[in-house]
Amino acid sequence: MAADYNAFITEATIDGADDGPLADKTVAVKDNISTEGIRTTCGSEMLADYVPPYSATVVDRLTDAGATVVGKTNMDEFGMGTTTETSAFGATRNPADPDRVPGGSSGGSAAAVAAGEADIALGSDTGGSVRCPAAFCGVVGIKPTYGLVSRYGLVAYANSLEQIGPIAGTVEEAAAALDAIAGPDPHDGTTRDLTEVDGADPDANYAAAADGDIDGLTVGVPTELFEGADERVVETVEAAIEDLEARGAETTEISLPSVEHAVQAYYVIAMAEASSNLARFDGVRYGNRAESDGNWNESFAESRDEGFGAEVKRRILLGTYALSAGYHDKYYQKAQDARAWVRDDFEEAFADVDVIASPTMPVLPFELGESLDDPLRMYLADANTTPVNLANLPAISVPAGEADGLPVGLQLVGPKFGEETVIRAASAVEDR
Amino acid sequence: MSETPESADDAGAAPDGGDAAAAVDAEAVRHVADLARVRLDDDEVETFVDQFGDILEYFEALDEVPETERTEELVNVMRPDEVEEGLTQEEALSNAEETEDGFFVGPKVS
Repeated sequence: MAADYNAFITEATIDGADDGPLADKTVAVKDNISTEGIRTTCGSEMLADYVPPYSATVVDRLTDAGATVVGKTNMDEFGMGTTTETSAFGATRNPADPDRVPGGSSGGSAAAVAAGEADIALGSDTGGSVRCPAAFCGVVGIKPTYGLVSRYGLVAYANSLEQIGPIAGTVEEAAAALDAIAGPDPHDGTTRDLTEVDGADPDANYAAAADGDIDGLTVGVPTELFEGADERVVETVEAAIEDLEARGAETTEISLPSVEHAVQAYYVIAMAEASSNLARFDGVRYGNRAESDGNWNESFAESRDEGFGAEVKRRILLGTYALSAGYHDKYYQKAQDARAWVRDDFEEAFADVDVIASPTMPVLPFELGESLDDPLRMYLADANTTPVNLANLPAISVPAGEADGLPVGLQLVGPKFGEETVIRAASAVEDR
Repeated sequence: MSETPESADDAGAAPDGGDAAAAVDAEAVRHVADLARVRLDDDEVETFVDQFGDILEYFEALDEVPETERTEELVNVMRPDEVEEGLTQEEALSNAEETEDGFFVGPKVS
C-alpha cells in the first residue's frame, strides 16, 4: 500500500475526460506541479497549506487525455535532493527494497508507479530528478528536451535546467504520457513549436516509437560516464548494451571530456537560480509566515528560517554566495563556460552516433539515512544525469537488470528533440 | 522579497588571485544568510561552515574549464498586449496570511 512507502503527500482525485488516449489510466503528480484546489507543498513546510488557484498545463493535458489524477507525490524539498529524504513530510521508501531510498527528487512519483499505486506519474527533472528515481525503483523515466513540455504551473527551482517528464512501468506507457503533455504553450515562452525547429518532427508519435526496432542504430558509449561507477552497475549496464548489439545496433566508444565538470557547473547554476527563484517565499502572498515582531527584513528571515529545511537553505546560501560581487566571475561565469562546453561536446558526439548509453546512476540505491549528512556525496551521485540538463537534451532511464537484487538503470541520451530515437532504443532494452 | 538592493553587494572579501582559498568562515556564512534573508541559529552556521568548505573546494575545479565561445540562441517571446483572463482578485489573495480591502498585508517596514 501507498502508506507503507510514503509515496504520497496528499491523496486526492481529479477526474479525467470520459475518453481519450489515456482513458482508464491513473496518474500521480509530483507535488511541485500545481493542481487547482489541491494543496501543492513542494515537500516543504513553507507551502504546507498552499492551495493553487489554477492547474499546471501538464495536469490539464493529462486529464483532457482521459487520465485520472490520484494524488500528489512526495519529493525532496523544492526538488533539492537525490533521495527524497529532504522532504518535510518524511522519507519515501523504495518499493524494490524498503530499507533503501527511492532516489530523488521525484521519489514519490517513481515509488507510486513501482508499487502499482498509479499507472503513470509526473516528475520534474532539473539534474536527474526523473531519471534517478526511475533507475532506483526499476521503472522508466523520460527527461524531455528543454522546451518540449510546458513548465507553466511547475514551482520553479532552476528554470533554465528543468523539464517535467513522465514515469511509468513500461517505455510505451511513459511515451504515451509524453504524447499527451508535449507541445507549445502560450503560458510558457520557453516551449517550442516543433514546426519551427530545424530537424524536429512536428508529427512525432512517441508511443508508436516504442517498437524495439534498432537495426542499424549507432550507440555511443562514453568512457567518462563509466569511470568511477560501482562495478556491479557497470557490469549490468554493459550486459544490456551487448544485448543491443545482438539486436542489430552498432556500438562505438566515444569521449566527452567536459562531463568531468558537469556536476560542479550544474550545482553552481542550479543554486544560483534557486537563490533567485526562492526569494519569492516571503510569507506575504503565500507560504509560511512567522509570528514576528521584527521589521520587514527580520520577518522575512524568520518566515524563511521556519519554512525551509537544511538542504534548501544550503542551496539558497551557496547560490547567493556564487552570484555575489567578487565571486560571480569565479563560479557563475565559469559554470556557464562549462555548460557551453558540455553542449558542444554532445553536439560533436551526435555527428557520429544516434544515442549515447551509460549507467543512469553510478551507484546502487543508498540505504535510508546514508547520505543525508554528507551533501557533497549526494551531489556526486548526479554525475551522469546533470550533463543532459546542461545540454538541454532528451534522455530516458530504462531498467537494465538487477545487481545484488537492486534495480539498475540504463540511460539513453539523444540529440535535441530526438525523443523518438531514445524511446525506440529504450524499448529494445526492455524487450530483451 | 521585493526591495533588496544590497543583495548584489559583496558577500565578503573577494578573492585576490585565481587560487584564493575556498574556505568560508562563520562571519561569511552569516553575511550571506543575511543577504538571502534566512535566519540561521549558531548550530546551523557551524554545520554550514564545514559543508560549504567541502563544496566550494570541489567547485574550485571549474578553474580548469576553458573559456568557451558562447552563442546563446535566445529570442524574445512576445504576444500582443491584449487583456486576457487571469486570476480574480479573490483567487490571487486566497493564499495570503493577511489581507485588507483587497490588498496583501506585509510586515512593518521598519
